Amino acid sequence: MKVTLHIWRQSRQSTKGDFAQDGRMVRYELDHVSADMSFLEMLDVLNEQLIHKGEEPVAFDHDCREGICGSCGVVIDGVPHGPERGTTTCQLHMRSFKDGAEIWVEPWRAAAFPVVRDLVVDRSSFDRVVQKGAFISVGTGAPQDANAIPVPKHDADRAFDAATCIGCGACVAACKNASAMLFVGAKVSHFMHLPQGRVEREQRARDLVAAMDREGFGNCTNQYECEAACPKEIPVRVIAEMNREFVRAKAVEEPASDKGTGGHG
Amino acid sequence: MNWLIDFWRSSIGGKVIMAITGLLLFGFVVAHLLGNLQLLSGPDKINAYAKMLHDLGPLLWVMRIGLLVVFVLHVATGIRLARANKAARPVAYAKEATIQASFASRSMVLSGLSLLVFVVYHLLHFTLGVTNPGHSALKAAGAGGHDVYAMVTASFSVPAIAIAYMAFQAVLFLHLSHGVQSLAQTLGLNHRRYSPMVRTLAYLLAAAIAGGNAFLPFAVLSGIVKVAS
Ligand code: HEM
Ligand code: FES
Repeated sequence: MKVTLHIWRQSRQSTKGDFAQDGRMVRYELDHVSADMSFLEMLDVLNEQLIHKGEEPVAFDHDCREGICGSCGVVIDGVPHGPERGTTTCQLHMRSFKDGAEIWVEPWRAAAFPVVRDLVVDRSSFDRVVQKGAFISVGTGAPQDANAIPVPKHDADRAFDAATCIGCGACVAACKNASAMLFVGAKVSHFMHLPQGRVEREQRARDLVAAMDREGFGNCTNQYECEAACPKEIPVRVIAEMNREFVRAKAVEEPASDKGTGGHG
Repeated sequence: MNWLIDFWRSSIGGKVIMAITGLLLFGFVVAHLLGNLQLLSGPDKINAYAKMLHDLGPLLWVMRIGLLVVFVLHVATGIRLARANKAARPVAYAKEATIQASFASRSMVLSGLSLLVFVVYHLLHFTLGVTNPGHSALKAAGAGGHDVYAMVTASFSVPAIAIAYMAFQAVLFLHLSHGVQSLAQTLGLNHRRYSPMVRTLAYLLAAAIAGGNAFLPFAVLSGIVKVAS
């Protein structure tokens, strides 16, 4: 098959003042594309040709190419990871496009995801959020028997729904407001349903939301584009859960100057 | 106080303020509609209702100021969040697409700002009487209180005014059809069984309110409700 690609090319890293830099959409014609190729393999073929012609290849992120690492991800025709539901870009195949299709390929667009080059964005804002509490801070020692702490199936299922997040950032890219609430909600939900995670739930909810806000993500307006774009189909229920957790955590927060039950009477 | 300011500034705090003020405004719109539907029962009913409200005296002012605070909070927070959302995406997509977001959800800022324009016009019209044809004359004539029935029917018998009111109800429908379901999600209500019901309920409530409001100018214009002589 034959396709016409419009790809965002940007040679310099985005800065706060100049996000787009020299970036622009560039048109490429590509022939002899196999319908069995993955989208990334199609880009590999394009890059071979560009290198052959002495041009700069298109930079894009990828690693596992089996839909589990979350590195890949470009916006294809306005939709993160392209037209198939529950599918990462590396798992998307060219048979999902018509012969002769025009395809727009762009990087995730968010202030919190500066473009490094072409289709590669810097997602360390996610890492900084995770570092603020998307983990359990106690030492767990040697692995214990799997069933030593009973977890009801209902809770385990909910935690696991959220734990399937691969941190790709498609939720932010899809959101009309570039909000990260599906991602952060997934972290909150993942731990709040498990006994080990419940211990620090209030601190976690407060810290993660504060970290998310510092990174300059937008605010959710409940349009649910994130849920539709998520390659792991994480439900927006996790956002409602995060809202509840956060409000409760704020309500029970103790004043910084007066921690504990002691004090000066 | 610090924690309250922190909460108000946070993303979720802002959303919660939108949801609570939105819910209160929704409650007001329901009450406002139920009160005004008494126009259909004739001059005595609606004028007695208006007199009852006016006789509340200071209590009416407490309600008015409370409503104003809620309204200003809703608009100010809405604008703050919308600006932050714009800043969160400095470069737009060359190819925009929408997967499942409704038209209403995508036009909340626009429908909200249109409502602001409408509310200002509406207050100038009926509450302050600036743009009301013959309002001051009626005020003078009806000794011992406003003749609300005469005032409303005189206004709505002017086709341009009646049509403008009906058109704004379409905007209100749009805003509430997303707003009512959105506030449930924001306040943490999400359930596999009930959320689809809430979504349907939001459309029904928005339609009932907009339809009920739009029926009044329509009724006057079409002669179902007689203009006071
Ligand atoms: C007059 C100017 C108004 C403006 C500028 C405005 C703006 C907004 C905005 C920006 C949102 C958030 C949208 C979203 O989260 O998707 C919103 C939500 C909402 N608005 Fe308004 N609005 C206005 C008036 C009203 C009125 C008069 C009502 C009630 C009748 C109302 C009821 C609601 C409700 C129920 C919500 C949902 C809250 C939520 O998302 O949790 N609004 N409004
Ligand atoms: S490359 Fe790992 S998920 Fe696509």
